[in-house]
Amino acid sequence: MGTIVLNNVSKSFGDVVIIPGADLEIRDGEFIVFVGPSGCGKSTLLRLIAGLEDLSGGRIVIDGVDASDQPPSKRGLSMVFQSYALYPHMSVRNNIAFGLKMAGLPKPEIAAKVARAAATLNLTDYLDRKPRQLSGGQRQRVAIGRAIVRQPKAFLFDEPLSNLDAALRVNMRIEIMQLHQSLGATMIYVTHDQVEAMTMADRIVVLNKGNIEQLGSPLELYNRPDSLFVAGFIGSPKMNILENNTIGIRPEHLALSEKSGEWEGTVMLAEHLGSDTYLHVDAGRRGMLTVRASGEFPVGPGGKIWMTPEKGRIHRFDAQGRAIR
Amino acid sequence: MARAVSTRRRMFFTAFAWAIAFVIFFPILWTILTSFKTEGDAIELPPKFLFFQWTLENYGIVQERSNYLLFAFNSVVLALGSTIFALLIAIPSAWAMAFAPGKRTKDLLMWMLSTKMMPPVGALIPIYLIFRDFHLLDTRGGIIAVLMLLNLPIIIWMLYTYFKEIPGEILEAARMDGASIGKELLYVLTPMAIPGIASTILLNVILAWNEAFWTLSLTTKDAAPLTQFIASYSSPEGLFWAKLSAASTMAIAPILVLGWFAQKQLVRGLTFGAVK
Repeated sequence: MGTIVLNNVSKSFGDVVIIPGADLEIRDGEFIVFVGPSGCGKSTLLRLIAGLEDLSGGRIVIDGVDASDQPPSKRGLSMVFQSYALYPHMSVRNNIAFGLKMAGLPKPEIAAKVARAAATLNLTDYLDRKPRQLSGGQRQRVAIGRAIVRQPKAFLFDEPLSNLDAALRVNMRIEIMQLHQSLGATMIYVTHDQVEAMTMADRIVVLNKGNIEQLGSPLELYNRPDSLFVAGFIGSPKMNILENNTIGIRPEHLALSEKSGEWEGTVMLAEHLGSDTYLHVDAGRRGMLTVRASGEFPVGPGGKIWMTPEKGRIHRFDAQGRAIR
Repeated sequence: MARAVSTRRRMFFTAFAWAIAFVIFFPILWTILTSFKTEGDAIELPPKFLFFQWTLENYGIVQERSNYLLFAFNSVVLALGSTIFALLIAIPSAWAMAFAPGKRTKDLLMWMLSTKMMPPVGALIPIYLIFRDFHLLDTRGGIIAVLMLLNLPIIIWMLYTYFKEIPGEILEAARMDGASIGKELLYVLTPMAIPGIASTILLNVILAWNEAFWTLSLTTKDAAPLTQFIASYSSPEGLFWAKLSAASTMAIAPILVLGWFAQKQLVRGLTFGAVK
């Protein structure tokens, strides 16, 4: 079991309000991602759930029990930190076993559980090493091992991959998703990387200035953003926002032509990725647009092109930045 | 980074450093030399440096006249006792200040340090009266309490700087792993801070060992440490330089040996945090 319910949860540091009031229901077994720019309160929200920060108001209910005033140790959650936060003076074995020792489990049981967690994460050969003798990816695995060994009600991940290089990050992303599938446990994952959010989440929580802007599946957020903020944050490259912030169209939803179309423009810059080409186009009074062309595109800087928005792919926003549907 | 320094320059600076070290060490050396002289040689002018009649007579007389071991035992008890009790208070305090600072934590730290700037004699009368009324004069417990309070600001400051170097997330990880605050301090913070705690202990044992003002003012016999032992040789009957030196040498020898073996730790302790 691992349901987590936030009920009007708020947090301020002195006069500074970080989270004005958040409501959220996280289902058992769900992979939920908190995403937002830095300073949006996503880490604070995670730390509130963990119990590492005290609530300023509201309630947190874990598995039907009010955990608002419980210390972290009583909440039965595991956390993986950005810096890994391994115990530097302990071997990998003792790092993983620490939580079980704190719980007072008998030694043979601890040994068996550590062995199983280590096998899951390919750490068996490294059990007697100290964290400083491991690579970044291995340290990350130890941190995850420390989290899974206790069979927590839910896992909390605080930007766990941001210290890894790009290639390793993709691998660990897949490993974490596989872990989620095999354990079936609730996972809450904080990231500022919308690609991680889109690829990993069952549901995404987009945070902006401490408020939940929108909650939904990755494709819901992509197809039906509730606000300009979500529209701009989800999707890569960013959605084009035109006409005084009232119209939005994604770069991949503009059909390109060298002969004719609705909007005319001049190519200023072309980014060739091989699989795609991103064109930065000066569309006159409409402003600068980004357009994605599949594969290679022959028109280079200075060339004229025409763009036609796909039907039903134009997003409209009111003066407050809310979507008009 | 490393600049090329000519051999001559290096020799010059090495010699210079040794010269300064010798000047600083000279009084101690002179004390040790004097302790092996006869009382006559000790006051000879011009002073005799090495060529005098070497004798152990002073040590014999000092040992006969007073019980060195009792004083030394008291010094050990006071130095270790005050340091251990101070640590029991300082580790949680420094932990709180380093990892859960409030708005006034910095002020509090400065205020604690400022108490070290007050001349101790200003507090002598009230403390003496408190000690008298609570029958703490010349008791080990009383002196341990005073020495502990005296060094507490330094101990907290030192530990605070060490603890600041430890990433808070590691302690939070321990909390997430189900550790209570006590276990977090015992199994995670303390082992990680062992080098810092060790140099803190060393420095404070030395400070407590050498502390003279309070030990001289508040002890007479039962709780008297080696400072009192030395002072007893500067008596109204007149100054006996050789015997005083012998007593001093015996008093500083243990701490000198300790300091010699621990100098690496001590230097690291005093510069920790300043250099990364």
